[in-house]
Amino acid sequence: MIIKQLSVFLQNELGRLEEATDVIYKNNINITALSIAETAEYGILRMIVSDTDKAAEALKECDFSIKITDVICIEVPDNSGELHKILRKLSDNGINLSYMYGYSKSGKAPLILKVSDPKKAIEVLE
Amino acid sequence: MIWNEPMETMSRDEMINLQNNRLKDMVTRVYHNVEFYRKKMQSLGIEPGDINTIEDLVKLPFTTKKDLRDNYPFGLFAVPKSEIIRLHASSGTTGKPTVVAYTRKDINTFAEVVARALCCAGGTKNDIIQIAYGYGLFTGGLGIHYGSEKLGATVVPISGGNTSKQLTLMKDFGTTILACTPSYALYLSEAMVDAGIDAKELPLRIGIFGAEPWSQEMRMKIEEGLNITAHDIYGLSEIIGPGVACSCEHHSGLHIAEDHFIPEILNPDTLAPVDAGIAGELTFTTITKEAMPLIRYRTRDLSKLTYDKCECGRTNVRMSKILGRSDDMLIIRGVNVFPSQVESVLLDIPEAKPHYMLIVDRQGTMDTLEIQVEIDDRYFSDEMAQLEHIRKKIKQKVESILGISVIISLVEHKTLKRSEGKAQRVIDKRKI
Repeated sequence: MIIKQLSVFLQNELGRLEEATDVIYKNNINITALSIAETAEYGILRMIVSDTDKAAEALKECDFSIKITDVICIEVPDNSGELHKILRKLSDNGINLSYMYGYSKSGKAPLILKVSDPKKAIEVLE
Repeated sequence: MIWNEPMETMSRDEMINLQNNRLKDMVTRVYHNVEFYRKKMQSLGIEPGDINTIEDLVKLPFTTKKDLRDNYPFGLFAVPKSEIIRLHASSGTTGKPTVVAYTRKDINTFAEVVARALCCAGGTKNDIIQIAYGYGLFTGGLGIHYGSEKLGATVVPISGGNTSKQLTLMKDFGTTILACTPSYALYLSEAMVDAGIDAKELPLRIGIFGAEPWSQEMRMKIEEGLNITAHDIYGLSEIIGPGVACSCEHHSGLHIAEDHFIPEILNPDTLAPVDAGIAGELTFTTITKEAMPLIRYRTRDLSKLTYDKCECGRTNVRMSKILGRSDDMLIIRGVNVFPSQVESVLLDIPEAKPHYMLIVDRQGTMDTLEIQVEIDDRYFSDEMAQLEHIRKKIKQKVESILGISVIISLVEHKTLKRSEGKAQRVIDKRKI
């Protein structure tokens, strides 16, 4: 399915990530998935949260640069080769993958993928 | 040795007399040939006849870098273009360079003052001079070149950079004088250690360093590293280039070629001339230049003057080592950088906010410039490639204007300090 991802621009500074998570916590929002991309000077925090709009509003008020993007979330069996099958389908259909994150637990592996065409990706994968 | 004894050792009365005559002649020339100065003088209600001695300098208008820009490229020339044999240019604040011009006589004057400077630093016709200043539009390379030839020394016109070749030629040719920026001299001394060359075994004996501010401590470090005596040469393209002044073996200030360039020191706030020994903004009036004479050109460099006779025998007025700047110009790796240049670039890039901070540092011997830029909220992307694209775009545009490589750091919007009044845009961490 297509879900909303919330991204936050963070400059590489001690405690800056904590300030962002503090805003989210104080607004009673739950983070269900998270990844951080980083360079020497800055990072991008990407999250799936329980209330995207509320989290976005709260972060904006605290002067964070944020962006809401469509990403797709799929669940695959926790077996060797399952991720490969998905990536194969995407590339066969000309869908570009920008980044992804995920984990596996109890035999299942939910994945979050940022792709060039989320709608088409869902059609292809589900 | 003194290159031009009559000019460098004359009495104060003789010098004032010479300056009076040359000043009158120059003011008459610019009044009749340069519309900019004629209009300025007319608006002040003065004519060439009102200027008879150097005491009358205070009646004359100032000239600033902005005036040069406003008259870009050829508006301040005082001779027909057919008389001009050379143009030089330096970086300007809006991306347009500051243009300067020379007639054949001006080029000869340039060579003369550089020969004096080299001689003042102890150079002779028996020296081999390695010129590691950049050659080209910058006056450093070609300026020292012509002066060295006039002195009769052997010139190695290697230009800047290519450090390993610098060291090879220095060793193989037996270079005795090195001319470059002080930071590059320090870098060369370190590269020498890395290359396993012992400076004490080289015939190198004199350094002619300028084009950027440097401290007494740095001079000692360079002298020790290269096993030489380091001299301070001062100049700016607007006045002629390097050779306006140079330190002698007594290292107590820089002798100014005041038969060509009359110095004044101004109170930076009131712009009134101050007495000898008091620090202020250094201003020059060129009294022999033909192509582009400048009246009371404000250098923005802070210095002070002394008219005491030097132990070396020269009677010319001496200026102190540059004490600082009266504007926000930075000199980074010998290149003039104004924060406003960075600002003008950022205003052209929608992804960047015009809020920035320049952080100048020195890593080893090389100056570094980091520019922190606030990214516009609307252009923030969850994709690293997008942000890196923005960063590279800013880097390319800034570098094409400044002419030096920079580090661009993207920072969160609204995080750089805003201030009311004069913004603090620069953090200079260099210890010079």
